[in-house]
Amino acid sequence: MTNKYDVIIIGAGVIGAAIARELSRYHLDVAVLEKEIDVSFGVSKANSGIIHGGFHAPPDTLKGKLVVPGNRKFDRLCEELDFPFERNGELMVAFSEDEIHTLQFYYDRGKKNNVPYLEIIGKERLLELEPNLNPDVECALYAPSAGVICPYEYCFALIENAKQNEVNVITGEKVIWLEKNGRKFDVKTEKGNKYSARYIVNAAGLFADEIARMVGITNFKIVPRKGEEYLLDRRVGKLVKRVIFPCPTKKSKGMLIIPTVDGPVMVGPTALDIEDKTDFSTTRDGLKTVFNHAQKLVPSIRATDAITSFVGLRPAATSNFSIITKLFSVIKSFAGIKSEYIDGDFILGRTAVSGFINAAGIQSPGLTASPIIAEYISDALLKDGLKLEKNPAFNPTRKRRVKHLRSILEKKDFFEVEKLVKENKKYSNLICRCENVTEAEIVDAIKMGHTTLDGIKFATRAGTGRCQAGFCTTRILDLIHRETGIPVEQITKKGQGSEIVLTPLRKGVV
Amino acid sequence: MKKKVDAVIIGAGPAGMAAAVSLRENGIKNILLVDREPVAGGILQQCIHNGFGVHHFKEELTGPEYAERYIEQINKNKIDLWLDSCVIDIENNSKNSKTVVILSKERGISYITAKVVVLAMGCRERNRGNINIPGRRPAGIMTAGTAQKLVNIYGYLPGREVVILGSGDIGLIMARRMTWEGANVKAVIELQSYPGGLNRNIVQCLNDFNIPLYLSHTISNILGNNRIEAVEVSPLDENFEAIKSESFTLKCDTLLLSVGLIPENELSIKIGVKLDPVTRGACVDKNLMTNIPGIFSCGNVLQVHDLVDFVSEEAKNCGASAAKYINGKLEKSEEIPIRKGNLIRYVLPGKIEKGKPALLSLRPINPAENLYLVITTDTGVELFKRKYKNIFPSVMLRINIDIVPDDAEFIEIKFEK
Repeated sequence: MTNKYDVIIIGAGVIGAAIARELSRYHLDVAVLEKEIDVSFGVSKANSGIIHGGFHAPPDTLKGKLVVPGNRKFDRLCEELDFPFERNGELMVAFSEDEIHTLQFYYDRGKKNNVPYLEIIGKERLLELEPNLNPDVECALYAPSAGVICPYEYCFALIENAKQNEVNVITGEKVIWLEKNGRKFDVKTEKGNKYSARYIVNAAGLFADEIARMVGITNFKIVPRKGEEYLLDRRVGKLVKRVIFPCPTKKSKGMLIIPTVDGPVMVGPTALDIEDKTDFSTTRDGLKTVFNHAQKLVPSIRATDAITSFVGLRPAATSNFSIITKLFSVIKSFAGIKSEYIDGDFILGRTAVSGFINAAGIQSPGLTASPIIAEYISDALLKDGLKLEKNPAFNPTRKRRVKHLRSILEKKDFFEVEKLVKENKKYSNLICRCENVTEAEIVDAIKMGHTTLDGIKFATRAGTGRCQAGFCTTRILDLIHRETGIPVEQITKKGQGSEIVLTPLRKGVV
Repeated sequence: MKKKVDAVIIGAGPAGMAAAVSLRENGIKNILLVDREPVAGGILQQCIHNGFGVHHFKEELTGPEYAERYIEQINKNKIDLWLDSCVIDIENNSKNSKTVVILSKERGISYITAKVVVLAMGCRERNRGNINIPGRRPAGIMTAGTAQKLVNIYGYLPGREVVILGSGDIGLIMARRMTWEGANVKAVIELQSYPGGLNRNIVQCLNDFNIPLYLSHTISNILGNNRIEAVEVSPLDENFEAIKSESFTLKCDTLLLSVGLIPENELSIKIGVKLDPVTRGACVDKNLMTNIPGIFSCGNVLQVHDLVDFVSEEAKNCGASAAKYINGKLEKSEEIPIRKGNLIRYVLPGKIEKGKPALLSLRPINPAENLYLVITTDTGVELFKRKYKNIFPSVMLRINIDIVPDDAEFIEIKFEK
């Protein structure tokens, strides 16, 4: 049996999810195929969650053009999709004369990118805004329009809303074969399932080059750029209110201090181009680099406050053409040859293969630009001949079905807790004690299809706290088993091969 | 629900139960004992090996048996015990009134007003993130305590080819336990040049099963994408840096971490209890009262003990002090500080009363041989002197000292030749 669709989106990260939701506005049969067991499990899960102000990217790139319009979309999106978003602003801080010149350069760039309310602020005001900054700081570039979100909560919200509007999201479905036959594409997956579609949107993150190659598009390559990040204990508090950037140097963009939307502070990431697309390993050097840099910005940050670390791989695009021309850079500049893509920029839109649309090379500020990227892609589909007929039944609203106990406890609103418990007894059963996650929230996440420990962690924060799931692992295994009937020994951390326990030792347990 | 009691005890592990029983024995009627687990006993319930109670009950018990002795006393004394109940907030209203907010599976939200609060929350295990082991992030890495719960309570084996990082007691116990369940424990890796756990556990859990212990080694990398496949083990130089050129690989499907315990003082911090940076427990006086009048602390949340017997004893004393406080009879004579001298990592309590004898607990910074432990006053009076053939950080020393003379300003405790 072949499943026929108008559009198949490959990849259910933030980009695939935003495109799926955008296309669900129209009368279309859309499917999303995701190779991982859950959505947001690839590049997106390790995103820093920053909605950038938009002064970093050069104005003549897609990044520079899409970042500010993307940023503007988030107020409405957060209202429609009910995910946490805080416009807390970002600061790029300078410590020397040279760095002050750098600020001026980014100020001008930001102005060209139409970043609103951008200003350079002096030492006094800066330290008033952020008293924990290193007192040696001179001044900062301030973009109050920047903000923070939780990348996977955003992705889950987009996917849920797309599903509400009839998009078919299929996880654990790795595309291994793709071919254009006449006016349609035939797709085969690792599980042996077959699909066909008139249009393919390639949002395959780190593997977008491999998907493109299946239809003969070989003009770009994805190079994983590794970033290590460290999460600090919630107890440390909000050391900074805004996202803090150092001035970028020729060598590095520098390490950030990020007050996450969920509360704890995160520091990082490093940036290292690597070969292996599965190398999610942290290193001693990475740890040292991150904390050395972070301490220069906020001296009170301590490596001993780290409760966990993780690695993200940014899918950085390089044009294969430029790899060759780099070797002959002199010839290139004399001959005036321009590579098809600007290295490191997004690769968006139509390709030489009609019906095959790229949404590739999406790294920072991809999260910020994602709502506009989605519109860009739907426009490319239209230009490629897809009829976009508005679906009057489209429902843009997705509501969180459960409240997070943690945010209510933070406000000390115990009456609200009483009310919740009256409505749903499961709110009185605390499962994750570090992050105050209740049975109500976990059961809801399971019902929404998150049946791995990582999936539940991303959906509810259970296990993200200081004990790192030391106490709640067994309780969550119990709940997944109870709600889904999956035998405990088959429950995984993040998909097949990552089971938590082996065979039961005795019968009749749990 | 609103309720008024004399004492709320947070945590119904060995410390909380002993404190509750002691409060009752000292005439306090209205006690509420709260625990977040569905059964009382705390971590004892998953410690099914024996060796508990030798000092306290003069017989060898398993963890659950030890817990049961106290549960019986809780029941006999009709002490109110709320299970599946989590303290979510504490407020210090005044010297004799604290409000404790409890979220309970059965009762929902309750507001309890109490004259005293006893903190007995125990500790949690240090995890991978706390010690920043580099490498990949596959499944199959967990703390020894989580593995213990999976095997002993849930009946599941976490893996078959096991490496253990850290030679803390739980790690050693789990080396033996996993071996008994058919797993192959390949090595225990210890950062320090000496073991972290008790000597008897090294002998009974490692040596008896020919499990190698690598001292002055660490895990310098973790391999495997979905499930852990191997660890890279490196010897350490004197600056604790891995000597990568001498590293070797051990294949495994499970890595257990037994790298230390952290007192769970999150609630204590919330109400402003002052913590000691070394023990990470509360700073307490001789009565085990914290800097906040009416808030007491005992057991592993105060200091990590070697034996549960000592937890029970400490909690008993704590309960007695708390009872005196409730009755307004907790007299306080003048206190003087204790200074840490040579080789002393920490000593508890930090202050003692003049004119009274005291029980001190302490640990040395590193292992050493043939030293005297000497306690003197600033006026030159020797309060205690004893020779130790061997001292280890893993072995807590408990010292009874004589009455401190009235003219002393402080006392000093140190090891010397």
